[in-house]
Amino acid sequence: MFPLVLVLAAVAGGTALGAAALASARWPYRSPGAAILLWQALGLSWGLAAVGALAALGAVPGEHGVAGGALSGAARAIRSAALGFETPALIAAARLAVLAASVALFALLVWVLLAASAAVLVARRRHRILLSLLAHGDPKVPGALVVDHPAAAAYCVPGLRSKIVISAGTLDLLDSAELAAVLAHERAHLRARHDLVLLPFSALGRAFPRARLACQAHATVALLVEMLADDRALRHRPARELATALLRVGTSGASLAPSGTLAAASAADAEVAARVARLLTPQARLPLHAQALVCCTAALLVAIPVALLLFSF
Amino acid sequence: MDVLWDSTEPLTVRQVGLRLTNRDLAHTTVMTVLDRLAKKGFARRKRDGRAWRYQAAANREAYVTELMLHALDQTGDRSAALASFARRVSDSEAEVLRRALESIGELHRD
Repeated sequence: MFPLVLVLAAVAGGTALGAAALASARWPYRSPGAAILLWQALGLSWGLAAVGALAALGAVPGEHGVAGGALSGAARAIRSAALGFETPALIAAARLAVLAASVALFALLVWVLLAASAAVLVARRRHRILLSLLAHGDPKVPGALVVDHPAAAAYCVPGLRSKIVISAGTLDLLDSAELAAVLAHERAHLRARHDLVLLPFSALGRAFPRARLACQAHATVALLVEMLADDRALRHRPARELATALLRVGTSGASLAPSGTLAAASAADAEVAARVARLLTPQARLPLHAQALVCCTAALLVAIPVALLLFSF
Repeated sequence: MDVLWDSTEPLTVRQVGLRLTNRDLAHTTVMTVLDRLAKKGFARRKRDGRAWRYQAAANREAYVTELMLHALDQTGDRSAALASFARRVSDSEAEVLRRALESIGELHRD
């Protein structure tokens, strides 16, 4: 079973390296959709391989892949611990410890995702209640809610009863064509449920704020999702309206928060600049065969650890 | 809620109903709404003889600020609850971008 452990560990390590490379690659800007798919595959593959490598270490070789082997490994270790024969006690204890670590890692990943989903639901609920008390409609932005505040903000509250919200500051800042572009962008977010794409990445980033790769992955996918919504908005509105709207909202007025958001600001610099550059000097999408290659890679990334876990070789 | 915000003193259900002149609401409807607002923490109430008197828990501006802080992602917690159109850039970058904006403007005004 040792080679299997190594293979799974190599997959986990490889996906981490791949994620680091993908975070600094530039081709994702050309086909954000394909790149997001690859990010999702990398994340899923990493989780499966990391949990699987630990399970394989404690598994009994040759029994229905790692999943089956881990079960009989645990059973055998407990039996031998109770009866005191078959396997030396030290090995049995080590096997149990490794299996427990594998279960703990799996539980941690699931918990992180559930906790983040719950937190998001609570935050949105509160936000919706406040909106129902404070916001009002405006003929300038049909279908959107307006909050009377001078700062520029435009965002959407995703969910079953989704809302697009525009601040009074934004209404003053943008002309009607730009407002229409912003609305088209936000509608694209809501229609494609981009929030669900982002949720696992933001959950990982929040759970492991010290892990650079997790935060990098979140920031990158967040930017790609914005680009995807930009592309959707371009189907209805010219690129220039969206670009000027972005520039105006991004450069408007002073920040609300007193301090402590400098890091966020420097990250936002690059994001807004990259989106504007992309709108004003559009680059060709990836050729079809390159997109197909990305999709196949994504499928393989998930298939390999699943196959290793379920089947014995 | 607007009625509570506009009033300087705590109001009874009857007073709130009278000020909601644009809508013909039953006394019990107003009572239910106020009761719900109190339960959610948006209104405070205290006994005054046989009636409750309601008062806004915080002023409108406080809630707007909370809403905007959350919306602009400046609560320090970068969750995926909301998706903001564009984040605010730093001052130095804003200068660069503003120049870009001007150049686009000139380009298309010709």
